[in-house]
Amino acid sequence: MKTIIKLQDVWKTYHMDEVDVTALAGINVEIRGGEFVAVVGPSGSGKSTSMNMIGCLDIPTKGKVFLEGKDISRMSESGLAQIRGRKIGFVFQTFNLINTLTALDNVMLPMTFQNMSRGKRLKIAKSLLTKVGLGERVDHLPGELSGGERQRVAIARALSNNPEVVLADEPTGNLDSKTGKEIMDVLCNLNKKEKKTIVMVTHDNSLTKYAQRVIRIKDGKNVGG
Amino acid sequence: MIGDYFRYGISNLRQQKLRSWLTMMGIFIGMAAVVSLISLGQGLESSINEQFESIGVDKLFIQPKGIFGAPTTEVNPLTTKDLKVIESTSGVVDAAGLSIEAAKVEFNDVVRYVTLIGFVAEDPLIEEVYSYDIVEGGKLLKGEKSKVVLGNAFLDEDLFERQIRIRDKILINDIEYKVKGFYETFGNAPDDQTVYLPYEVVEELYDVPDEYGFLIAKVDGDAEAIGGKIERKLRKSRDLEEGNEDFNVQTPKELLESFNAILNILQIFLVGIAAISLVVGGIGIMNTMYTSVLERTKEIGIMKSIGATNNDILGIFLVESGILGFIGGGIGVLLGVGFSKLVEVGAANAGYSIIKISFPLNLIVGTLVFAFIVGSLSGAVPAHKASKLKPVDALRYE
Repeated sequence: MKTIIKLQDVWKTYHMDEVDVTALAGINVEIRGGEFVAVVGPSGSGKSTSMNMIGCLDIPTKGKVFLEGKDISRMSESGLAQIRGRKIGFVFQTFNLINTLTALDNVMLPMTFQNMSRGKRLKIAKSLLTKVGLGERVDHLPGELSGGERQRVAIARALSNNPEVVLADEPTGNLDSKTGKEIMDVLCNLNKKEKKTIVMVTHDNSLTKYAQRVIRIKDGKNVGG
Repeated sequence: MIGDYFRYGISNLRQQKLRSWLTMMGIFIGMAAVVSLISLGQGLESSINEQFESIGVDKLFIQPKGIFGAPTTEVNPLTTKDLKVIESTSGVVDAAGLSIEAAKVEFNDVVRYVTLIGFVAEDPLIEEVYSYDIVEGGKLLKGEKSKVVLGNAFLDEDLFERQIRIRDKILINDIEYKVKGFYETFGNAPDDQTVYLPYEVVEELYDVPDEYGFLIAKVDGDAEAIGGKIERKLRKSRDLEEGNEDFNVQTPKELLESFNAILNILQIFLVGIAAISLVVGGIGIMNTMYTSVLERTKEIGIMKSIGATNNDILGIFLVESGILGFIGGGIGVLLGVGFSKLVEVGAANAGYSIIKISFPLNLIVGTLVFAFIVGSLSGAVPAHKASKLKPVDALRYE
């Protein structure tokens, strides 16, 4: 399988009140197409920062990030935004839906930023919401949906531009265990049936059983496997 | 894309109804003031122009100096001799004199003090200046000594607590006159509240033989040049030094220009004040947008993470503040139009039906475009701030 994302000796240092905090200290990550990878580490290990790097939300202080072989570590903010929109779908712990928009509009939003026509957007968004089991609730606002339903909307939104990678940051962190399992099943299905590449960042060791490969991080560095 | 910005902006403004309304209020008060002041100003200007046009720009008015209504004892009145001097000036086609006095009018035991104008009946120049129709009865004819024609305001039954009718007798300075007719409204209250008598009657009634309140000259050619000639000739015949004239010659054009100049200054001044309130409204929009950017920092982060570029965020916030300005402006235009119409109706009720408010399309469109621009400009700094937020920081914001 070809490599989709590669972090090569990536460092990230933040300036906080005149103190430099090193979040990543030469991390290496490689994600190949069709994989289900779990990035696991305790809080403060740098896994959120590495997620930001994998998701092109941030650029490294040192080192290189390759997306499909292209170095993106020196790209402009708007260039990164375009890449995020097309290549990466985010699923966040806190869902991060836009509360003023309906489920349908939330799912349509990433396609809007790619200048897709409204008719096409509607069609895709409706079919995605149906696929995650929310075909009947497309016109509900996030506030009118349960946590599990919101995360399903977020997954549908993550898939809207048919991205290479779905990046899930603690996707079950705000859900009860039953609903959490359902969400994990949705992600597993995406990986197995649609061959989507899934990268899941979590501190929860019990979730690693869903993944084909586990990357462990501690103190901003890779640990073992 | 831009259509999506609009949809998105409107849904956001709906979420914050009260705040959106308060912000728009800041804009629409200013806009209403600008629209109503401009339309009223233009209405006033066109009504003044209309009045002058109805008199005709080929007329000159010669008055004893220092008066614009009833003469006082100090002025040196104009006489038939002056009238003859004017008539003999080259370029003058015709000339006529009128007297203006204050009169006590009594009817139905009610006394009113009004203006009285005496003119020569059936004089063609007078008829040209007073080219208004008689709505009831008939006009004054030569040799009618005990008849009077009244302005339109005398048809109001409240004036003397009883309706005056044709052939009713009224007392003017305690002498009885028969009402012959009523003029149609001149569109302004003073002229409508005036009684019109033959000139000879006024001479007798006020014991002012050979005395005119003002003279009118109809000219053929350059009114200002002829006016200068009249001034020189009158100065000579009245034996006056230059600069010490006890009369003045005015062309309608001069009068019109001075009226318009005053009106323009007044308009600029008032619109300037209204513009200040627009600036304040703009600051209100800016404040609202800053608050909105702060509140929606996380939302901005989300949108950036799902592919919104800096320009998308900038566009979203600019359009949103633009909508605030535009809707505020729209309401402002409606209020302004409504207010002007109220003033128009009020003025008509007060006897000034000549004031006609006009709302040129470019005023309305211009106001709306301006409101949208004010809104967008006020939102520009907050929107720029929003667009520059780093997605990682924005997402972390709670």
